[in-house]
Amino acid sequence: MKIKSLDPRINRIQIDADTENPQAMLHPLENWPTYEVFHQKKRGTHHEHVGIVHATSSELALAFAKEQFARRGETVNLWVVKSEDMMATDYADADVFATTPEKSFRDPASYSVKDKIDQWVAKQKNHAG
Amino acid sequence: MQDNIKQPLQQFMLQLADNLLVMGHRNSEWTGIGPIIEEDIAFASIAQDQVGQAWNLYQLLESNFGFAHPDQVAFTRNEKEFYSSHLVEQPTGEYDFSLARHYFYDLAQLLRYEMLSHSSYEPLAKLAKKFHGEVKYHVFHAQTWMKQLMDGNEVSKARMQSAVNEVFPFALGAFESVEGEEVLIAEGIFEGESTLKDAWMQQVGAQLLEWGYSLPQLAQPVLGGGKGYHSEFLQPLLDEMGEVFRLDPSAEW
Repeated sequence: MKIKSLDPRINRIQIDADTENPQAMLHPLENWPTYEVFHQKKRGTHHEHVGIVHATSSELALAFAKEQFARRGETVNLWVVKSEDMMATDYADADVFATTPEKSFRDPASYSVKDKIDQWVAKQKNHAG
Repeated sequence: MQDNIKQPLQQFMLQLADNLLVMGHRNSEWTGIGPIIEEDIAFASIAQDQVGQAWNLYQLLESNFGFAHPDQVAFTRNEKEFYSSHLVEQPTGEYDFSLARHYFYDLAQLLRYEMLSHSSYEPLAKLAKKFHGEVKYHVFHAQTWMKQLMDGNEVSKARMQSAVNEVFPFALGAFESVEGEEVLIAEGIFEGESTLKDAWMQQVGAQLLEWGYSLPQLAQPVLGGGKGYHSEFLQPLLDEMGEVFRLDPSAEW
């Protein structure tokens, strides 16, 4: 006995109804690759990662991304890229970032230049006067 | 507006709206049971677009032609007073049938709106421009699937080819002129169904061949919808569509 559902997607994967712990085996055609979706709200701003869609080609991924991630609010552009084509760091290597928060010298907020700028502006004014 | 223009113009818009409403309703039948969740959402959105476009046209008929409220017009007429084509009233069938119909229908719709965006009847030209982007996406969606499945395995190729063959006579019948169309053409309101059909045929032929389909036999178009003659499939659809509305037509939504 297989589970019978109103949803053909459930019927298609033929889940045993008799077992206490029903398992579904997904075949390649049932289990499409994922594409990462990047959304741009206004021209000139950056694209933001918003999620994934399942698709069999990048074209189909764009067709799906449009309705999954751009059917509300403003959009001017979408990118999709196959998830397996993304290169990522390993969470096991997260220690490479560990000391970054200590390197305040890389943070512009840790320099106070306001006084120097004010001085320079005042000097320019004096010159002009 | 003179009666000899007004009559065919309102009939033309009513037919356009009826086609959109019935198509949207049919497509919405896939909601919740689409082949995969992403496609389910995309197809449901397309159906919503179509019902929304119908609503806009019924509204224009209400404001400028003295028709009843769009809900009244959509939900209380019977099949004899509906002017939609046989193409849109056919049952959803399997997904291959729905996709082939979606491709034929929305490509025609895109070309129709491109023509109407130059219409001398300003309110209709405005709507056509507004709908153009939506339908451009519908066509992109349909074409992507048509290509994809012809590029799949033997099963998908055979099923898509047979769906195309099955839908084609209905698609050919979806270009039905309203009475007095020559006035619309002369007034620069609409270039006419036959001009539209030629433009559509050219694109359909080129695209199907490019994707590896065989061109379907030039079949006899299934006509009659535009005159209120329908298959057995329309009335049950209308009964279902208007069921809730007719429980209490005066209810505020």
